[in-house]
Amino acid sequence: MHEMSIAQSLLDIIREEMQKNNARILRSVSLDIGQLSAIVPESLSFCFEVMTSGTELEGAQLIMNMVPLRGVCRDCGREFEIRDYAFECPHCSGPHIDTVSGQGLSIVEMEVD
Amino acid sequence: MKVSVVKNILEANDRIAQENRAIFDEKGLLVFNLMSSPGAGKTSLLEKTIDALKDDLNIGVIEGDIQSSQDAERIAEKGIPAVQINTGGACHLDGNMIRDTFKEFDFDALDLLVVENVGNLVCPAEFKVGEDFKAMILSVTEGEDKPAKYPLMFRESKVLLINKIDLLPYVDCSVDRIREEALRINPEMVIFEVSCKTGGGLEAWYDWLREEVKQSSAARKH
Repeated sequence: MHEMSIAQSLLDIIREEMQKNNARILRSVSLDIGQLSAIVPESLSFCFEVMTSGTELEGAQLIMNMVPLRGVCRDCGREFEIRDYAFECPHCSGPHIDTVSGQGLSIVEMEVD
Repeated sequence: MKVSVVKNILEANDRIAQENRAIFDEKGLLVFNLMSSPGAGKTSLLEKTIDALKDDLNIGVIEGDIQSSQDAERIAEKGIPAVQINTGGACHLDGNMIRDTFKEFDFDALDLLVVENVGNLVCPAEFKVGEDFKAMILSVTEGEDKPAKYPLMFRESKVLLINKIDLLPYVDCSVDRIREEALRINPEMVIFEVSCKTGGGLEAWYDWLREEVKQSSAARKH
């Protein structure tokens, strides 16, 4: 249950960005959640709701986009989707794979007034 | 009004972890973050490792638990500086908690610092604390399906210690299968099969760790 810490960090960023943009109301916030990140979306959504309830952010919609895991092969340079967490290049069978997307957890957009 | 942000949510923690790392580097200290489920043998592995290496290396330990100071007491009995963090409910350690322990240590007198994380196969993998690498333990009683169920932990860890191999005759668990599954997720993973109970297989781990400390201190002198 580290979603509470994640929700807290998320709210810190939201408040900072709202202040920067002189916004008063948060309509929605969109997140990219990597497939490999250990986040349970339902749990994050629950924590977000609990932590915003009774505050100026209450009622804001949390939009979560799941980002598939993609890698690039250090041997042949090709990019591909990593299926079933198999970090092996489907083209040359190389084992040296760098993750391109699908591991991180980021805020991408906010709708504010 | 739509505002584009694009920010890593864990950025604040990552930044603190980087600052911690800079301090460890400056002090020439190798730091690893030890993770596993509760009861897999983190503290037992540390006790054995300290016994084997304490004549050659100066070791410090940070113990993370939700509650109690039993683990730090077990380590301190070995004459090793050990600081207990009680997270008071949180399921993982973060950069900030680690930074708060710095005043308790004399880093100039240490070669190796081990951070024993809260027992949990999920959350600790997401939070950097400033470590050089992550190491994890999976005990054979937990089953061979764990890599597939907890891929992030296996992907993030440089080292896997498969513990309690003395129990293999009594459990339905294939070490070959664990290896295969772990290497599918992390082909560069270094794997040791050990028993903290009998001491079996631990020599190879000690040698590997000694070499890591040696290489890291050599790299920092250049």
